[in-house]
Amino acid sequence: MEKLHFEYQNSTPVKKFAHVGVVASGDLEILVYPADGEKTTLDITTGSDGFEKVWQNVLDRFFARYPLNGKFIVHDFGATPGVVNLRLTQAMEALKDEK
Amino acid sequence: MTEEKNWHTHRDAKNARLASASSLFNGKFAKTEDVVEVLNTLIKPGDKVVLEGDNQKQASFLSEALTKVDPERVHDLHMIMSSISCPEHLDIFDLGIASKMDFSFAGPQSTRVSQMIADGTMTVGDIHTYLELFGRLFIDLIPNVVLVAADKVDREGNLYTGFNTEETPTIVEAAAFHDGIVIVQANEVVDKLPRVDIPSDWVDVIIPADKPYQLEPLFTRDPQAITELQILMGMMAIKGIYAKHHVQTLNHGVGFNTSAIELLLPTYGEQLGLKGKICRNWELNPTPTLIPAIESGWVQSIHSFGGEVGMEKYIAARPDIFFVGKDGTMRSNRALGQVAGQYALDMFVGSTLQIDQWGNSSTVTNGRLSGFGGAPNMGSNPTGRRHSTPAWQSLKPDDDPLAKGQKLVVQMVETFGANKKPVFVDHLDAEEVRKEAKLANVPIMIYSEDTTHIVTEEGIAYLYKTDSMEERKAAIEAIAGVTPVGLRSNPEEVKKLREKGIVALPEDLGVRREDAKRSLLAAQTMDDIVEWSHGLYNPPAKFRSWS
Repeated sequence: MEKLHFEYQNSTPVKKFAHVGVVASGDLEILVYPADGEKTTLDITTGSDGFEKVWQNVLDRFFARYPLNGKFIVHDFGATPGVVNLRLTQAMEALKDEK
Repeated sequence: MTEEKNWHTHRDAKNARLASASSLFNGKFAKTEDVVEVLNTLIKPGDKVVLEGDNQKQASFLSEALTKVDPERVHDLHMIMSSISCPEHLDIFDLGIASKMDFSFAGPQSTRVSQMIADGTMTVGDIHTYLELFGRLFIDLIPNVVLVAADKVDREGNLYTGFNTEETPTIVEAAAFHDGIVIVQANEVVDKLPRVDIPSDWVDVIIPADKPYQLEPLFTRDPQAITELQILMGMMAIKGIYAKHHVQTLNHGVGFNTSAIELLLPTYGEQLGLKGKICRNWELNPTPTLIPAIESGWVQSIHSFGGEVGMEKYIAARPDIFFVGKDGTMRSNRALGQVAGQYALDMFVGSTLQIDQWGNSSTVTNGRLSGFGGAPNMGSNPTGRRHSTPAWQSLKPDDDPLAKGQKLVVQMVETFGANKKPVFVDHLDAEEVRKEAKLANVPIMIYSEDTTHIVTEEGIAYLYKTDSMEERKAAIEAIAGVTPVGLRSNPEEVKKLREKGIVALPEDLGVRREDAKRSLLAAQTMDDIVEWSHGLYNPPAKFRSWS
């Protein structure tokens, strides 16, 4: 079990709450809230230790394409980078939906 | 006057061998318990021997017997096998019975094959595609002896190979018409066959086996294991490739990605109004996951390389779709299936373990010399072909008056494997394996030049649209996630590639990632597939969650 924290400066404000993914082996859940302050923050709890660099890469790539400014809470249960990206982009879609 | 040359030395040798073993025969039949002595007598040192074994069906009675022959009498055999599947296929090398191997695929034994080559226990002729291997049986790998498996044999020696005819007729033909010896293991001796698949005239020796030949349900995928990521990739492929190029004739590889597509046709494909427009004619083993699409009227025909355990009754009840004999059982044919797969299809969709920065792919990874089976045939563009189908024509460059179309060769991969190893790498492990195993060619499965599309969870790279290797590399980087290759991509470049239509992300295709749910699959369990089949599909025990 490892706890990771990342911060970004992003331009597109998150205006509502979104929840995607599931707590299951090989998967993860992401909770997104409007940002507390200026910065985008991510707090990740992961069951797979030693992947900080991979997380950094996944997040860099995601925010370069979709610069969402919000507060992200992530509970990871050994998801591959592909699954992480799927859940992040699903959250992005959920936040865009006019509901 | 010079002495007249003997032009029938092969025939003389064959007759002499059969005569020396005649005490073991009653007509063409030998006794089960005499199998080892039959092989001791009929096989000579240095013979080229085809042992039937592919990724599904194994002449397991004969392969086990071959491990028991006397290495003093039978040694240095040159084995020719489409698939090295069973431990005994390699035991004969440890025992000094065989020394050389020409093969196509070594999936289950790939680690040991690697070791044996490194140790010098086995020398490799070549790692072939199926069609190269079958073709060479008639050119420079003409067999002295072939060991094959039949389901049923009648008293005259005619063979019924049924659903699992696969490559048996091709192997037998290579021997029967060039004075090779054809030895058959039979599951059952009967008075009357359902039909004749191979005439007795081609067969020399029949040995009733102690148990039925080994058969693997290789193409059965449990929908329960299909992930949302695979569903997303399937949705992108259907919209961004199948529909875009009007793909009507195709082959699917054996992975879960393509199973997902098969199960999305009756749902997502239907929503897109694609029924009747795409995926009509197939070269494909009878995969259970295609049943919902067949039952919903998507599929006009399916020709198969081999059978699939559990599909017998379903196929028998759908002769309009499958290739079925008058007796009601399917006939498969691997050689003709591979010919169709290479030459007659709009598209091949497969998967792989590694793709390099240029777009070459391989399932050969460090320490595993797996070979490739059918993928290199299906996954290559036969340049002599001339096709008028919309899909083939749609890849024709429009700036060349003499241009021709191209087969669609699609690789579908997640950027990272389940082991969290990157699929996109700068250099394939295969480059190293070539050196270690002293192979003439790097064991690449599908070459970059033949690969027209790559699909990942990030998007689709339309490689056929690129006009330089630099652009091709950039397109791959754009969809390669956070692999070492993908990390070189930059947002500006991705934007340009998207504008040129060389890269498409889900939003560019109008695919919503949130829709990628398991509920979109036409069948989510094996139970659902059985229901779609009206109870005709009978899953093998290991795929059953009940009883």
